[in-house]
Amino acid sequence: MTMFAATAIALMVTMLMALVRLLSGPTVYDRVLAVNMFGTKTVLLIAVFGFLTGRPEFLDIAIVYALINFIGTIAILKFFRYRTLGASTAELQDQEGAQ
Amino acid sequence: MTDFISTSFMEHAVTILLFVLLAVTAIAVLRLTNLFAVVMLTGAYSLLSAVLFVVLDAVDVAFTEASVGAGISTVLMLATLSVTGWRRKVSSSSNIVPLLVTLVVGGALLYGTADMPDFGDPNAPANLHVAPDYIKGSEEDIDVPNIVTSVLASYRSFDTLGETGVIFTAGIGVMLLLGSRRKKKAATDKTGETA
Repeated sequence: MTMFAATAIALMVTMLMALVRLLSGPTVYDRVLAVNMFGTKTVLLIAVFGFLTGRPEFLDIAIVYALINFIGTIAILKFFRYRTLGASTAELQDQEGAQ
Repeated sequence: MTDFISTSFMEHAVTILLFVLLAVTAIAVLRLTNLFAVVMLTGAYSLLSAVLFVVLDAVDVAFTEASVGAGISTVLMLATLSVTGWRRKVSSSSNIVPLLVTLVVGGALLYGTADMPDFGDPNAPANLHVAPDYIKGSEEDIDVPNIVTSVLASYRSFDTLGETGVIFTAGIGVMLLLGSRRKKKAATDKTGETA
């Protein structure tokens, strides 16, 4: 139990540090990476919190959060690369070729 | 095995720390002028509130918050920013009236919480009305082991049907709006080829 408590506190300190990077981060990619890391820490915190309170069923939720986080980061980066989300990959590659 | 720190203490500590992080994020959102950073911070804010919902046992709400708040709305905000510009003008107008409104509303809400039953109180009105019947009857009436499923899909099935209808209508509306534009674009492309 003490171990889980220590882990939870350590995770929250890490979240705070990610938040600082999110605030100060000079480039766009610093911030995207910080949000992605923040999401990962969220997933871990939910998992640790499940074990802390003796209900590891939360683990499933943590896994789905990880998926959402991954898709979200991909969506942000894709939007930054192509400035659109609706187009398919083939269309986007055509555009790249045209440019 | 002896526990140095009790579970309930840790739950409270985690909740308070999460609220502190939430407040830091909110103040940063207000202070920053770089709107891209603000959008990223609102994503982090959504993730934090999702964890808070999990801590408060509202797992389904947390789920919605994480997928809509941190996922979709971040991307929608970015799409908006690419049209409107990436920096915010610092306004020099006075903030006293909004501050007063916020304080009064916040005070009224805090005053309202004083009368609310404790968190998870088994004698709270919300837990006494129909919940005991649902919990007792779910196994015999519906024959589904998961109580949440039996409440959503059977006891409150018309409510769920209505919700599904609303979301379906909204989806059709969005698809009509987006789909017609693309078809027109394709048609102009085709005419361009033949010309």
